[in-house]
Amino acid sequence: MPTDLHYLAILPEIITAATGIAIMLLDPFTAPQHKGRLGWLGVAGLLAAGVAGAAQSGRTMTAFGGMVQLDSYSVFFRWLFFGVSIGTILISLQYLKREGVHHSEFYALVLFATTGMSFMAASVDLILMFIGLETVAISTYVLAGFKRSDPRSNESAVKYFILGAFSTAVLLYGIAFLYGQTGSTRFDRVAEALSAQGPSAFFLVGLALLLVGFGFKVAMAPFHVWTPDVYEGAPSPVTAFLAVGPKAAGFAALVRVLYSALPDMENHWGDVLGLVAVLTMTVGNVAAITQSNIKRLLAYSSVAHAGYLLVGLVARNELGISAVLYYAVVYALMNLGAFTVVVIWSGAGETRVHLSDYAGIGFRYPFLTGCLSLFLLSLIGIPATGGFMGKVFLFAAAVQSHHVGLVVIAVLNSAVSAYYYLRIIVIMYMQEPAAQVPSVEIPVPAAVALVLAALGTLLTGLYPSALLDLASRSVLAVR
Amino acid sequence: MVPLNYYLILGALLFSVGALGVILKRNLITMFMSVELMLNSANLTFLAFAREWNQVSGQVLVFFVMVVAAAEAAVGLAIVIATYKNRKTVNADETASLRD
Repeated sequence: MPTDLHYLAILPEIITAATGIAIMLLDPFTAPQHKGRLGWLGVAGLLAAGVAGAAQSGRTMTAFGGMVQLDSYSVFFRWLFFGVSIGTILISLQYLKREGVHHSEFYALVLFATTGMSFMAASVDLILMFIGLETVAISTYVLAGFKRSDPRSNESAVKYFILGAFSTAVLLYGIAFLYGQTGSTRFDRVAEALSAQGPSAFFLVGLALLLVGFGFKVAMAPFHVWTPDVYEGAPSPVTAFLAVGPKAAGFAALVRVLYSALPDMENHWGDVLGLVAVLTMTVGNVAAITQSNIKRLLAYSSVAHAGYLLVGLVARNELGISAVLYYAVVYALMNLGAFTVVVIWSGAGETRVHLSDYAGIGFRYPFLTGCLSLFLLSLIGIPATGGFMGKVFLFAAAVQSHHVGLVVIAVLNSAVSAYYYLRIIVIMYMQEPAAQVPSVEIPVPAAVALVLAALGTLLTGLYPSALLDLASRSVLAVR
Repeated sequence: MVPLNYYLILGALLFSVGALGVILKRNLITMFMSVELMLNSANLTFLAFAREWNQVSGQVLVFFVMVVAAAEAAVGLAIVIATYKNRKTVNADETASLRD
């Protein structure tokens, strides 16, 4: 019996998983019209897990035979994931009722995915990282196909599943080679073996397969092709979740594995990721220009933003990783916010997702469109928003490490992105509305999520130092 | 004793067959089985290395992967069945309506 299990180190994950199971168990005893209560139970569980995580901040310990590491880095990402999941549940409560798919499995699956994401950020072992990733993936396959009788949702789930499973296999094959070369799956042992042996062929194969696997998971070009289809077909709150949660978790695990397990190959992965960053930003932004469906547009925009995040990784300095953490939070706020507006405005059956459906609604729904405009401006990177500060930190880190060319391309890309984000604002405020503007009611939980996201976007833009300090303290655990 | 390389080559071949299957085949069930083949080739590689290192941990890993693969199979088949119910086909090209 191993003595270093330390269940306390994974208390937040235990709470989220147990809440998920409790929701499943309580489901048969809950009347159909009261399913929302189980959603609130999920929110309560996530808040409790957040408190448990807060109680652990400042401590550093490893648990489960060196598989889990509790440090400021995992605490930082836990809070992000819990926040994202709370936001997702808040915007889903009314949506699920509206679409006639109010099954409480939805909330349970969000909690299970959260557990997986949390483990991904905390894992210092390739196998735990893999299992965390799969927990997220399997939960989100179901979520993408949650509207069972909607063929578009089916198709989204099929595409996500086939490509997700494919990338899982590639990732696992890469892990097998790293294990074969080093005799261990623990990050520290892999790093030791790497510095002793130098980058041999198996290391290179393992790294390449690992990068391809992660490339699919976080939608880096050229492995991003599934993104628009999956994001368009999935239920909108799930799209919001996919674009924010699993992507941030993918980056959390990628940063940890590259810096803790493969630091001596940084020239190899640094060069590859530099090229991938350029490709990802450009492909995402150029493809977004021609989109007429707002979900597809935001899907391509999320591809582009993965490219910006990669710039911070390529910088390979402390500011770079802090900036990745900072931008992950800001990106979560503005993207969740933007998708919340999409969820509310799309109406029953998600019929209003075309850009032309937004024509002229600017002055009829000042709250909705005002918030959406703020999020879009932040996505462009207009000063006084979190998106601006995030990009400043990312690009400053890259300049610090003399990647000036990369920064020039990234800034040009931001300029391109301004075109399609501003177009939405122009459509909302300057075009003639349709003959009769449909009336939508704004559910209270979604409005709360919207206000919180808007406040977060503004606060991170106006007072960036608090979050940046937190991020840079968290980074020390990785480097 | 069979040398390590033989296992690795077999694993690589199986992995390639699986990857090609996913890319070339259009039947969702066949694509899904090809993915399983890829996972199992990774398992074979794990086992070969575990024997080379004379470790139990590598063999235990394979059990984890098998559990994951089983969970994935359950979800994947459910998704394919849901698609079949709505579209009456499991051909990937015929079910595709989302595109640019």
